[in-house]
Amino acid sequence: MSKPVNAQSFRSPGRSSPEDAFHAEVLVLSAILALAVVIAAALALLIFVRPSAAAQSAASAAKSQSSDAASIARGKKLFVSYGCYECHGRAAQGGVGPRLGPDPLPLSFIEKYVRHPTASMPPYTEKTVSDRDLADIYAYLKSLPEPPKAKDIPLLNQ
Amino acid sequence: MAKSKKTSVDRRSFLKNATVGAAALAATPVTAATAVPIPQPSRPRNAAAPLPPVSRRAEAEAAAAAANPGPNSDPITVDHPGSDFMVDAFKAAGFEYLCSNPGNSFRSLHESFINYGANKNPEFITCCHEESAVGMAHGYFKIEGKPLLVCVHGTVGVQHASMAIYDAFCDRVPVVVVLGNFGDAQTRASFVNWTHSAQDPAELIRDFVKWDDQPATLQGFAESVMRAYRVAMTPPYMPVALVCNTDLQEFPLPSNPALRVPALTLDRPPQGDSGSVQQTAQWLVAAENPVIVADRAARTPAGLALMIELVETLQAAVIDRNGRMNFPTRHPLNQTERGGSAIGEADVILGLELTDFYGIVNAYYGDVYPRTRSLTKPGVKLISINSNDLYLKSNYQDFQRYQAENLAIAADAEATLPSLIEAVKKLLTDDRKRMFQDRGAKLAAAHQRIFAQNRDLAANGWDASPISTARLSAEIWNQIRNEDWSFVSNCQFVSRWPLRLWDFNKYYHYIGGEGGYGVGYGAPASVGAALANRKHGRLTVSIQNDGDLMFGPGVLWTAAHHRIPLLIVMHNNRAYHQEVMEVQRMADVHERGITRAGIGTTLVDPAIDYGKLAQSMGMHGSAPIADPGDLAPALREAIAVVKSGEPALVNVVTQPR
Repeated sequence: MSKPVNAQSFRSPGRSSPEDAFHAEVLVLSAILALAVVIAAALALLIFVRPSAAAQSAASAAKSQSSDAASIARGKKLFVSYGCYECHGRAAQGGVGPRLGPDPLPLSFIEKYVRHPTASMPPYTEKTVSDRDLADIYAYLKSLPEPPKAKDIPLLNQ
Repeated sequence: MAKSKKTSVDRRSFLKNATVGAAALAATPVTAATAVPIPQPSRPRNAAAPLPPVSRRAEAEAAAAAANPGPNSDPITVDHPGSDFMVDAFKAAGFEYLCSNPGNSFRSLHESFINYGANKNPEFITCCHEESAVGMAHGYFKIEGKPLLVCVHGTVGVQHASMAIYDAFCDRVPVVVVLGNFGDAQTRASFVNWTHSAQDPAELIRDFVKWDDQPATLQGFAESVMRAYRVAMTPPYMPVALVCNTDLQEFPLPSNPALRVPALTLDRPPQGDSGSVQQTAQWLVAAENPVIVADRAARTPAGLALMIELVETLQAAVIDRNGRMNFPTRHPLNQTERGGSAIGEADVILGLELTDFYGIVNAYYGDVYPRTRSLTKPGVKLISINSNDLYLKSNYQDFQRYQAENLAIAADAEATLPSLIEAVKKLLTDDRKRMFQDRGAKLAAAHQRIFAQNRDLAANGWDASPISTARLSAEIWNQIRNEDWSFVSNCQFVSRWPLRLWDFNKYYHYIGGEGGYGVGYGAPASVGAALANRKHGRLTVSIQNDGDLMFGPGVLWTAAHHRIPLLIVMHNNRAYHQEVMEVQRMADVHERGITRAGIGTTLVDPAIDYGKLAQSMGMHGSAPIADPGDLAPALREAIAVVKSGEPALVNVVTQPR
């Protein structure tokens, strides 16, 4: 029998994982880099002009958005090339496998599950899908727009 | 050589004698399913005018040969061949259509069908492949409840047909397949005849037909036609095969007043014994959470009504495995979409004509080393009513893993349901009725929750391009829900969305799947089902898998040529998608090349234009549709074509599943 896809059934408590460690490393390196950039920028600005706080914030946000966009774009590409779409649909809407996004399950759980699946999903080990790949795919899943509500779709109410 | 010479002489002698004898005979097709005498001299009813002799020269040669018999005096015309009598037998059995791709190993039978038999009952349906012919018969049966006749060419034709025969076998569908053959080596007219001949033509398919025969006489042939029909139509239904040798077809009908077409008598399907039925009723009535699982339980429309009566009497949960239309999808007691939960809660499980009882109560997991785990709680009672236990074949393993039930009843489920319902009703008390009502209310609430959940899930990817299979299904439903519709393709490949969203409540609303999961079933089976639906005026709809259609696209021409109205909505995911996933799975398990699963599994570069393919066959075909907003108008346009009596295809570029 075919059970309806139900993301809730895959939910389990998260725990520390290599993916979490990867992110910690990224955060530390990013912080050091950001600090260096900020110091250099501050020195330069002290020399040339005193910037406003608003301008600094906008620059930071733009940089973050650019980084997110790159991650999302890469994740979208990997979602197809690694075959995630085959079971979960090109819009991650679900198919043979459950719906994955938007509003995906915690990354820590997804990372754990794809490395050691317990149901019908094949394993994606670190050898084939890196932690960074997974993070980018996750960023793509998080970026997906909310679908319309079923109650607002006339074709689903007849 | 001496034997060869004798045979040749015998044949000439036979022909001479037979020609004289046959001259007194003519054609009267048998239409009643009763014993009839040998045909009398009159033209068949509804038949075309008798054909003129081949030529005046031929007439002259025949006259000269008759006047002066000698070494070259074989007659060159046959007034009334044995194949005419064969047509009498097929007509008496009541075949409505004959699906076939022509072959000269049954050329005389072919000619008798269309001229002596007036191409009516059966009417010749021209097929472009033997697999299509059998596939059409497969789909036709599941709507009409009667087998079709299929004629296939010697050796090559039966090999083409074998895949579809296997699907019909696995799906427990009766088809009567006639295999042409040049049985007598001395009457093979060319080297090609030799390659189309076999000592035992049915050997190739014997593992997946229920019965076969190679009659040596016309009387034997007529009796075997009736036996073939009866055997095929006795549960468990299966295909049967009759070898039809050319000599028997083409030689003149002998002057034999004892030659008769026997009456067709069908077996009554076997019912479960009274003691077992009573035990089943006791367990069901006493159960707290009985679950009824049905696969091919409803053999006929009456089976659907009986299922509803049993289930409503018990207020039990139903899981429909959808081998047939066993239970309405929107019935509140239908728990199919929460089947795993229902199985886990059950204390009694009644399996009706299940293909795989083991797979119902166990879950498979693991890839390279598959394992199973039980889904049931301790102490559950398992009951099976299954006609499959009455007839098993050894070689092909479609009988599935062995399951030890508490009570296994080797009988036909539909035939057993009336006595089971009666036994259940006799055991009802007011207390049990109250308990049943409470149970039914809980099941109805669970059904409603799952139905709403499915609608929510269908909204995901609603505007996606390629088009989601949920959107595709919802758009089709919107166009057909107020029609008298019949959905004739397997839902498994579109994530079962039609079964999850539509209101299936009539027997012809759904016909199940392939049986053997042989790709290439879908297109011909849907055309065959549409052929059966045509006289009932139903709007027949299929969601057609692209890879399946490419196995035998010629069936589109058959639909166009014979004006078979059918709405074909392509599920064009541009891949043999199951195999994409299977190869992907292996790459993942082998930890290499996970981006390469599309090699050998996809249908891209170039993308196939199914609309143009349909147009090339003479039918309506749309441009590729990838924007969901374009779907409704394309469906409306195609449905208008179908309502005018023609097939139409809408080419939809879809999500994988």
